[in-house]
Amino acid sequence: MSVQFNNIAIKVLIGSLVLSFAVAPLIATADGEVSLYSARKEKLIKPLLDKFTASTGISVNLVTGKADALLKRLEVEGKNSPADLFITTDAGRLHRAKVAGVLQKVESEVLNKAIPSNLRDNDGMWFGISQRARPIMYVKSKVKPDELSTYEALADNKWKKRICIRGSGNIYNQSLVASMIANNGVEKTEAWAKKFVTNFARPPKGGDRDQIKAAAAGQCDIAIANTYYLGKMIHGKDEAQKKAADAVAIFWPNQEGRGAHVNVSGVAMTKSAKNKDNAKKLMEFLVSKASQQWYASSNHEYPVVADTQWSDTLTSWGKFKADQLNLSKLGELNGDAVKLMDRAGWK
Amino acid sequence: MYRSQNIFAMPQAFSSHTPRKVVSFKTPNRWVVLTLTIALIMSLPVLVVGNAIFEPFNENWQHLKEFLLAEYITNSLILMVGVSVGVLTMGVITAWLTSMCEFPLRRIFSWLLLLPLAIPAYIIAYTYTGLLDFSGPIQTQLRELSGWGYGDYWFPEVRSIEGAIVMLSLVLYPYVYMMARAAFLEQSVGALEASRTLGSSPLNGFFRVALPLARPAIITGLSLALMETLADFGTVQYFGIATFTTGIFRTWFGVGDGTTASQLAVMMLFFVFALILLERWSRKRAKFHNTSQKQTAIKRFQLKGAKAFWAWFACLLPVFFGFILPALQLLWWVFTTAEETIDASFFSLTFNTMLLAIAAALIAVSIALLLAYGKRLHHKPLIRTGVSIASLGYAVPGTVIAVGIMTPLAFLDNSFDAWMRETFDVSTGLLLSGTVFALLFAYTVRFLAVSVNAIESGLGKIKPTMDDAGRSMGLSPLGVLQQIHLPLMRGTVLTALLLVFVDVLKELPATLILRPFNFNTLAVRAHELAADERLADAATPALMIVLVGILPVILLSRAISHSRAGEQ
Repeated sequence: MSVQFNNIAIKVLIGSLVLSFAVAPLIATADGEVSLYSARKEKLIKPLLDKFTASTGISVNLVTGKADALLKRLEVEGKNSPADLFITTDAGRLHRAKVAGVLQKVESEVLNKAIPSNLRDNDGMWFGISQRARPIMYVKSKVKPDELSTYEALADNKWKKRICIRGSGNIYNQSLVASMIANNGVEKTEAWAKKFVTNFARPPKGGDRDQIKAAAAGQCDIAIANTYYLGKMIHGKDEAQKKAADAVAIFWPNQEGRGAHVNVSGVAMTKSAKNKDNAKKLMEFLVSKASQQWYASSNHEYPVVADTQWSDTLTSWGKFKADQLNLSKLGELNGDAVKLMDRAGWK
Repeated sequence: MYRSQNIFAMPQAFSSHTPRKVVSFKTPNRWVVLTLTIALIMSLPVLVVGNAIFEPFNENWQHLKEFLLAEYITNSLILMVGVSVGVLTMGVITAWLTSMCEFPLRRIFSWLLLLPLAIPAYIIAYTYTGLLDFSGPIQTQLRELSGWGYGDYWFPEVRSIEGAIVMLSLVLYPYVYMMARAAFLEQSVGALEASRTLGSSPLNGFFRVALPLARPAIITGLSLALMETLADFGTVQYFGIATFTTGIFRTWFGVGDGTTASQLAVMMLFFVFALILLERWSRKRAKFHNTSQKQTAIKRFQLKGAKAFWAWFACLLPVFFGFILPALQLLWWVFTTAEETIDASFFSLTFNTMLLAIAAALIAVSIALLLAYGKRLHHKPLIRTGVSIASLGYAVPGTVIAVGIMTPLAFLDNSFDAWMRETFDVSTGLLLSGTVFALLFAYTVRFLAVSVNAIESGLGKIKPTMDDAGRSMGLSPLGVLQQIHLPLMRGTVLTALLLVFVDVLKELPATLILRPFNFNTLAVRAHELAADERLADAATPALMIVLVGILPVILLSRAISHSRAGEQ
């Protein structure tokens, strides 16, 4: 009787164990392989990794996930973590990883030479590999570019109910506000945010593409979004999105002053890294000319390496002056930015 | 409680030499220890998260209290109330119609009504936003035809709290439907027939007999739906509604304060505790067992004409809006993107996902059987509380519970590694973390509530006299579970299996953070594309989740129907 039940239990147990092994890819990573935790989506990193493997013969293991969750995984796994590299979007997260003590310093002539110093960590803990800009996008039929000037000026009364932007839970907005705190201070930024919020055409919702679509559809006259979303809308298959993208144009704000807000996606070596040499090779590969061009053409991001050839899309948006703020600041001020937006009622 | 019932219910011949006392002295420890150990292991992740309550509250908590907490609580409550109304209305009415009435296509509806379960809430939210949003095809068409602009006309706003209530209700009502239908089908026809011979109308019979009898099952379904509502992140975040879940993520990811985020999670768990108490209270108040010895085929009310149409229509509505329409939208997207999204890796994704879901369903239901039966054997407060805490994992946002799972596993791995290094100078590295084992553990913890609730409601319907009869004939407690309970609640066990299976198919946050290298599931693929705002590309994996989920749904529905003696 109980024997029979035990049989069931044992069958289930053995069955699931067999399944585990059948399903599980090799847990232990073979010698020389580079293991990567990436907060960049698979589609936006795997093609590069495949090229790396093809050219060097070094295989790469990949787990993708959300940045903070992966960072937590690095933290709890500690010195036994199988990850050699950590890739994430947003300098704030890279900074957080540095503070959490899960990264190690990398000394590389190649990296230091290729990447401008404001786009990498002062201590060599992380390196920007692509740049993303967050300018103002305006509806061509309703707004003249000379009506626009700076992010700060968007708090003006004349924009009442004319602006679309996503929620404050989003890291891009948090970084934008953090950059304003770094440049203007908390008090000024808070006063700005309180007025800026009253200019929203609707309660914030959706992603960056949604803001552009809403602007094109007539719900607002200005949208704030990262440029690569616009690029993807232009080159996507969805006719409605193409039409929406056609209706707006990019305005680079603060060109007289500090420049438009930019952020990076970056790579860092983990403290637990076991295959340092190959991991470093992969890091350097990511700032090679070919990789940098791939970012620009496939994801419409801006390369970090200065002399990289821009794609037609990037060229069509024009050259711009980018904020030279050291991006570590964005990480340090991120929490302050979130709380400031809460106080301002930015949902 | 049930002991006193036994005495009255047991035939004299059995009760006079029931060896229960002797046996229960010999074996209780084994069961108590087993149940408590499993409950403790399953509770670990929740306890890891809950531990934050003992940390001091810092200035971020003050900030939460001052600016956000009231909104989180209000919105979460509105969502819960709204979803309750939605899932109860849709779930109970359709369950009653398909089990007790006869109308065109009834049999097909009985399983069609389960299908929305296979659609992840955030996917349905995306599809409806795509359709109904200001810049979507319907409103655009409307503006083109009428010449209106923004603000000239009223149109329901999908991305609102009302919209979220509708979206969540549409995919969560099957929990109520499933439980209520099983309960209606298992009810003895005798009670209903008695009410009818006493002159009750069908409607009266429904409200005065069937509904009260099915109430424990309905509340079980409701509490599952509400726990999932509380844990939902994708929908509320996309709709811009501040709830506990979005607050937890904001505090953790935005402010970078894991402790305060966990404290917020603990506060949310108080809501869940209230739900659990409600559920327990409802079951206590209404302890109904099947008393009828013979179960004859249900004589369904034959609905004709307008009544038949309305019944048909009432069943069509949730199926249409919860499944057909979103599935069509997904299918449309699939057609426009298939060549890019379907490749060789797509099939290994599907295979991975199915195997994981099957394994997790088997494990979670086996553990649920042990826990629920252990609870039935020994009515100890300690066991009850243990099982309740173990079930809390369902209501905690996936990423948070995943951290609760990751932490003890990594601690175990690292401690073992340190010990091995010290003793044998060998490094074992991480043995459990980042393996399929970790994933299966996570799924079991996360969906234990689903299986335990289903199994408990099934066990509750079996008269305790059955246990006594079995024991008196020399069966061990395990023998009773296996030879008496399992056959009697085949339908319930299958229900539990299916629910966990479908939940694992859809599961995202824990999979995302805990999975091994180079390993993806359909939900991960769908999420990666959707999070990159490539909704159309996400449609293929999303639709595949639905397809993989459908087959067991159909099989299950048949099993539930057949689980009732006399039902064809």
